[in-house]
Amino acid sequence: MSAMKLTLHIWRQRHANDTGTFETHVVDANEHMSFLEMLDVLNQTLIEQKKEPVAFEHDCREGICGACSMVINGRPHGPLGGTTACQLHMRHFQNGDHIWVEPFRAKAFPVIRDLVVDRGSFDRIIQAGGFVSVNTGAAVDGNTIPIEKDLASQSMDAAACIGCGACVAACPNGSAMLFTAAKASHLGLLPQGEVENARRVQAMVHQHDKEGFGRCSNTYACEAECPKEISVSNIARLNRWYLKSSLTSNV
Amino acid sequence: MIVVGTGLAGAAAAASLGELGYNVKCFTFHDSPRRAHSIAAQGGINAAKNYQNDGDSIHRLFYDTVKGGDYRAREANVHRLAECSTDIIDQCVAQGVPFAREYGGLLENRSFGGVQVSRTFYARGQTGQQLLLGAYQALSRQIALGTVQMYNRHEMMDVVLVDGKARGIIARNLLTGELERHSAHCVIMATGGYGNVFYLSTNAMGCNVSAAWRAVKQGALMANPCFTQIHPTCIPVSGDYQSKLTLMSESLRNDGRIWVPKSKEDAAAIRSGKKKAIELKEEERDYFLERRYPAFGNLVPRDVASRAAKVACDEGFGVNATGLAVYLDFEAAIQRYGKQEANNQGNHTPDAATLRKPGEAKVAELYGNLFEMYEKITGDNPYKTPMMIYPAIHYTMGGLWVDYNLETNIPGLFALGECNFSDHGANRLGASALMQGLADGYFVIPYTVGIFLSNEIRTPKFNPDGPEFKATEKAVDDRLKALMNVKGNESVENFHRRLGRIMWDYCGMARNAEGLNKALGLIRELREEFHKNVFVPGSDRDFNPELEKAYRVADFMEMGELMVMDALNRNESCGGHFREEYTADNEAQRNDEEYAYVAAWEWTDTNTPPTLHKEPLKFENVELKTRSYK
Amino acid sequence: MSLTGIFLILFLIVHMSGNLQLLADDGGRSFNIYAAFMSENPFIRVISIGLYASILLHAIQGIALALANRKAKGGKYAHGKVAGATWASKNMALLGILIFAFLCLHMADFWVKMRFTDTLTMVTYAGHDEAVQDIYSRVNVAFQELWLVAVYLIGVTALCIHLVHGFQSAFQTLGLTHKKYTPLINALGWIYSIAICAGFAIMPLYHYFPPSYPPTTNSASM
Repeated sequence: MSAMKLTLHIWRQRHANDTGTFETHVVDANEHMSFLEMLDVLNQTLIEQKKEPVAFEHDCREGICGACSMVINGRPHGPLGGTTACQLHMRHFQNGDHIWVEPFRAKAFPVIRDLVVDRGSFDRIIQAGGFVSVNTGAAVDGNTIPIEKDLASQSMDAAACIGCGACVAACPNGSAMLFTAAKASHLGLLPQGEVENARRVQAMVHQHDKEGFGRCSNTYACEAECPKEISVSNIARLNRWYLKSSLTSNV
Repeated sequence: MIVVGTGLAGAAAAASLGELGYNVKCFTFHDSPRRAHSIAAQGGINAAKNYQNDGDSIHRLFYDTVKGGDYRAREANVHRLAECSTDIIDQCVAQGVPFAREYGGLLENRSFGGVQVSRTFYARGQTGQQLLLGAYQALSRQIALGTVQMYNRHEMMDVVLVDGKARGIIARNLLTGELERHSAHCVIMATGGYGNVFYLSTNAMGCNVSAAWRAVKQGALMANPCFTQIHPTCIPVSGDYQSKLTLMSESLRNDGRIWVPKSKEDAAAIRSGKKKAIELKEEERDYFLERRYPAFGNLVPRDVASRAAKVACDEGFGVNATGLAVYLDFEAAIQRYGKQEANNQGNHTPDAATLRKPGEAKVAELYGNLFEMYEKITGDNPYKTPMMIYPAIHYTMGGLWVDYNLETNIPGLFALGECNFSDHGANRLGASALMQGLADGYFVIPYTVGIFLSNEIRTPKFNPDGPEFKATEKAVDDRLKALMNVKGNESVENFHRRLGRIMWDYCGMARNAEGLNKALGLIRELREEFHKNVFVPGSDRDFNPELEKAYRVADFMEMGELMVMDALNRNESCGGHFREEYTADNEAQRNDEEYAYVAAWEWTDTNTPPTLHKEPLKFENVELKTRSYK
Repeated sequence: MSLTGIFLILFLIVHMSGNLQLLADDGGRSFNIYAAFMSENPFIRVISIGLYASILLHAIQGIALALANRKAKGGKYAHGKVAGATWASKNMALLGILIFAFLCLHMADFWVKMRFTDTLTMVTYAGHDEAVQDIYSRVNVAFQELWLVAVYLIGVTALCIHLVHGFQSAFQTLGLTHKKYTPLINALGWIYSIAICAGFAIMPLYHYFPPSYPPTTNSASM
């Protein structure tokens, strides 16, 4: 197990209105640690020095809850494609490296503390229409409507989104189109969700804009940085549906 | 009403109750309801649909679950669970959960967790995520409609009783640290399990027992706390810094062979890095599951597989640097699949090199994502060198005692999902946790809560400024202030790690009276030290993740003691609870005469021994048998 | 943006193919006649108003978008850069401004002179009834200036980069994507962008570095 010494330049910010600045720390790590465990080591040291540890969001640490929200050397979730920060291991860094760690930056994601940002805007986009309007108990048998395997698979591809916000953090426009499109595609591709597609698409896009996210200009940074590798073809699909519902539906 | 927790059970309950027209306040300590740890479940969800025409039925699912739980679950609850299972699938499909489909467009099933029928529905390896998103979306719809008021980043600190009934909670706004009083006619808790008492587990970092434990401190009973499930196929611990363990799906055991070296010298050489696994010849390997359980081999249930791995490592055959790992080898599967493929192509005498490629391709098709995850975490390529695995804490079957209506012994306080004890007995079968969470949330609580509320029609709203609320809030505040004021020298994390070590060593996969008694003393000492020497930075009236950890660990310190006491009390081996003294032929031995009961513990404080209440378990539809896998 | 963009993409095809007549070895005859036709035909006149409107709309929308998006971003990262995004995709507004500036110069050079200032000589060609403005010679003279040729090349390069992103981006925005056809569209976008801009780049170069045979211009009439 090879030990490594790293210099961390880590963002410290008390609250949303604080300007914030980088703080430099040297951390002893080893190659088997996850990136977050390396931050645990830093925090342990800070606590031993009776200082406040660096706040960062994390929970499942297995790449599925979507809680981690940091930018490592300019890349959301760090240098490894298709990987969340919690699944990024230190063997991808070199002894002596300088690492810059920052929060996700976007107007719609205000910083709460250090690396913790407020992603409540995502919840509100879902609340605007990211659901199928069925009450509990009203369902017919699961096999009543056959669904083409490929369609179900495309829907699942979109549904794999973990709602972490890396797409927004990566986007030079601070746009959440990939997140919105993934959810709209997941539901709209299935016959169960297609019924209210027009209303859903309109409502979700309007909420997206209202939250202060930028507009998509097709840079595709979102797709490249998405830890679940959600495709931008979902955005095209959302665009298509949005256009269609704007022109043809009553909503 | 108040719903605490937004996992499968909580989100499903809050959404369904909102639909029924109740005014619901829903709380989660996460930044969004979608982050609850239900999201991490991989394998699938069981339902007795019998879509595969393999003879599945509600009775069969019921029977399998009672038997799998080693006859320590309540029959009636389990039967209802089996009945609800089919509705869950329908409900989830209607919500847009993208379950796997056949080419004909119908739902696909797989067999899972050693049962003989294919009743598991799944959405790739992300079933929990998809089901949770379904419930989260239903919840979001109700939030938009205004029937549910959502409180993100709010943690339940205590339940408030008025005249002995649960009438509200004290919540802490985690962003500001402010305490809030919320009143309601009843409180529904869906706050998950307590696996993190072991520090290292497959649970998320935030999973904790505090909400449930606070209910216990207010008089609720904690049932069967010693029933914890160990999952055999997790990635082993690699060092002291490690914060959590990662599960590799149970399905890997369908094709992987588990082994350790036959000689201790080889094991030692491997541990020190002088030898590699692939250098060991076939006759130098001990496939211990196949040796000990020729009938089931590598497919024995979770508890059996876990214990066998532990035995091998305890005897000095463990293989990674810590000595706590066994191999899970896919070479035989690669060869077998490779040979099949070569035969298909008419080559009946392939050499090793030609069959390797198609063999690896087939294995990749079956387990590619898991192999990728393994490589991401360990840096080893499992196609070339065997995986290393070790058992880890995964699920807790014990939990708050509830009656058939999922109501605790505190009137108006309900517990759903992993938070209660009701359905899995001493061992949970694969793909059953998702089923239970959703059954409780969608189809049980909406009915049973009415039984309580029907007597409360004339009860006016409760004033959150009432004396009971203020007193409970003060108690919470005092507790937090006390933690802040210790101003000791050791971090919460260190204490948690030390507690976990004690729990794992003495109350983990195998337990004995001597060790458990020792653990009792160690936990008490550690708890005292904790309250004298813990250091919590920052302020209690501010965003303070360290303080959150501190009060959760403080509760684990008490819960851990109760678990040990329960394990000490249960003089038998059943399911996840294995007492080394109670075995026959090296296998677990149940004692149905004396221990076919639910142990429901009443805990007042750390100075008073807890009181045991026994709920006898009657089996009217299932015959009690000894499980054998030989 | 995408609709105006596609309209402008179509315009560029017409514009370039027409202007390729600048390379014809006929002393500007075909080009001048073509130019006259383009400026007098009522249908073309209507279209051209649409064109100017499109350019303005495209520019205004683009700048508004860039400004709004800059506000939505909320800060740059201190170190490193994200993967996936091409330089072009991130700098469409900058490229657009460059192109617009170039366009102003381009219009002042030819269009204004042709339409408003009336400084161009009239020429007549056998087989063509009316006298037409000799814009060809104006082009020829203009492209003797090295700096102007350089400006044109820069402008055309900016246009090329703008188009490489813009072409497929327009299809994405309109949702016109498909697993099978999108790769074709992307390839077409590259081919189109390079072809259009190479075509435009040849014109100033051709006039600055005339081929060995001197164009048989009626330079006397200048």
